[in-house]
Amino acid sequence: MIEARGLTKRYGDKLAVDHLSFTVKPGQVTGFLGPNGAGKSTTMRLILGLDAPTDGSVTVNGRPFAAADHPMREVGALLDAKAIHGGRSAYHHLLCLAQTNDLPARRVGEVLELVGLTEVTRKRSKGFSLGMGQRLGIAAALLGDPRVLMFDEPVNGLDPEGILWIRNLMKALAAEGRTVFVSSHLMSEMEHTADHLLVIGRGRLIADCTVAEFIEQNSEQQVKVRTPDAGRLAELVTADGGRVSTDAADATTLRISRLPLERIGDLAFENRVRLHELTPIQASLEEAFMELTKEAVEYHAAVPAAQRPSEQVEA
Amino acid sequence: MTTLTAVGLPPAKGRSGFRGALRSEWTKIRSVRSTIYTLLATALVTIGISTLFAWGQSGHTGREDLATFDPVRDAMFGIVFGQLVIVVIGAMTLSSEYSTGMIRTSLTSMPRRGVVYGAKLLVFTLVALITGLFCSFTSFFIGQSFFTSVHVHDFRGPTRETVAVVDLSTSLDKPHVLQAVVGGGLYLAVSALLAFGFAALLRHTAGAITAAIAALFVTFIMVQFLPHDWAVKVDKWVPFFAGGQLWGIRKLGGEDIPMFSAWTGFAVFAGYAAVAIIAGAVLFRKRDA
Repeated sequence: MIEARGLTKRYGDKLAVDHLSFTVKPGQVTGFLGPNGAGKSTTMRLILGLDAPTDGSVTVNGRPFAAADHPMREVGALLDAKAIHGGRSAYHHLLCLAQTNDLPARRVGEVLELVGLTEVTRKRSKGFSLGMGQRLGIAAALLGDPRVLMFDEPVNGLDPEGILWIRNLMKALAAEGRTVFVSSHLMSEMEHTADHLLVIGRGRLIADCTVAEFIEQNSEQQVKVRTPDAGRLAELVTADGGRVSTDAADATTLRISRLPLERIGDLAFENRVRLHELTPIQASLEEAFMELTKEAVEYHAAVPAAQRPSEQVEA
Repeated sequence: MTTLTAVGLPPAKGRSGFRGALRSEWTKIRSVRSTIYTLLATALVTIGISTLFAWGQSGHTGREDLATFDPVRDAMFGIVFGQLVIVVIGAMTLSSEYSTGMIRTSLTSMPRRGVVYGAKLLVFTLVALITGLFCSFTSFFIGQSFFTSVHVHDFRGPTRETVAVVDLSTSLDKPHVLQAVVGGGLYLAVSALLAFGFAALLRHTAGAITAAIAALFVTFIMVQFLPHDWAVKVDKWVPFFAGGQLWGIRKLGGEDIPMFSAWTGFAVFAGYAAVAIIAGAVLFRKRDA
């Protein structure tokens, strides 16, 4: 359980985290979403006490992290897989961490086996690939068999096998009743892993809900309609308050929003417009996220107005 | 993944603290090659230059230099250069945690920063002391083996030939000799601790090494250019002169320039290191990692 109350961090005149209050519950994977620079990493650093909050407080299992009797048994964190001394072997890296919490040395071998690094135990970590480094970081996080796990962008740069492995690991850890808190700027990734979502933009909490609620609340339900009489149906729908976009490549297909699917069907029936297809389109989490954070994105790419994709789609 | 909970961790008892941190820091310092290399380099430079210097002294000591000959300091002359190498380990012990990012992992496993800092400081102090004492004692004994027969020359005479061969060697049971040889080791260790303190303040390897060398060596060079009436006031406070009084049996520095006594001087020297280390500790605890 992680509880933040009014958590605030200011670097100079930049407000990185702005009065964040949230609770991360055990037994589920909580995704921490936000565009780059939204304050995800800073929030995680505040939870671990690496940075001191300007205001507010955060506790882990009811106490500030630094007050834990055995910190590694409370929280295992992977913030940056490269935050290790490359000249040290995997074994010694984990051993020096285990010793700080009076964990037995044999535990090092156990976690190395768990992440599949047994063969490179004595190798210096500077020769590790990105994926191996990530696994070593996860081994370190698991050393203390902690109740809370935090991962900052854990799938960055991993191959598909590694991504699948981390996904399954996070789900398994949550299924064991642990608190799993994972950040990402990839919405599609969270769609596969997270049960609950915390979304932040510019340091502020934008959403705190389940994945399903998030999509439902933040995306426009669309209906795909295929009809030989597309022009007539578009007129009818628009007159009824609906919004129509057409696909340039296929004149028989319409995408309709702002009208329920049933109403579209009734309109077609009442006006004798023949339908070949009537399909609800579920917006992906990615689209919902873009929709939600477009106001809060820190760094907009400069896109010439004529090329904005949204303007091409809309009729 | 069911193995996650199957693995056995003994139930937690007590509270993680200084003892575990000490073992951790010992593992850290012995498990990177740079420690071994820099320790070897310190020994090589200190003992090597001491040996060369003692060998030279035994072959060509001027008659007029006999009065100021210091069989302990002249046997450990390499310390002047060894201090410039041992500061590298002193700085890197802490600064490498920042340059690699390891500090964030370290403080995530043990967020009580005072414990981490204290354990690192204690382990490093022991390593530096053992290294320093090994260097000073080895240099001393090698030096004495040369000083049993020192060729004294009359450089002002017409022939410059050896006028006498004398035994200028000393031993640990003579007055102040043991204290001075131990002092040589202490001087090296405290030099390294000064660099440790700078590393805590600057969190940067090159910066900490530069600062330490400036404090230990550059100040010593610069005061050579001071006018006499300034030197009389300033010289004794220069780290090299303050700390250097301990590791010889004669006064270090200009003849008519007042210096601290051996232990007072060393206390001043250690005081400089202490200020850097304590200021470093305050910042280490307070700053965002």
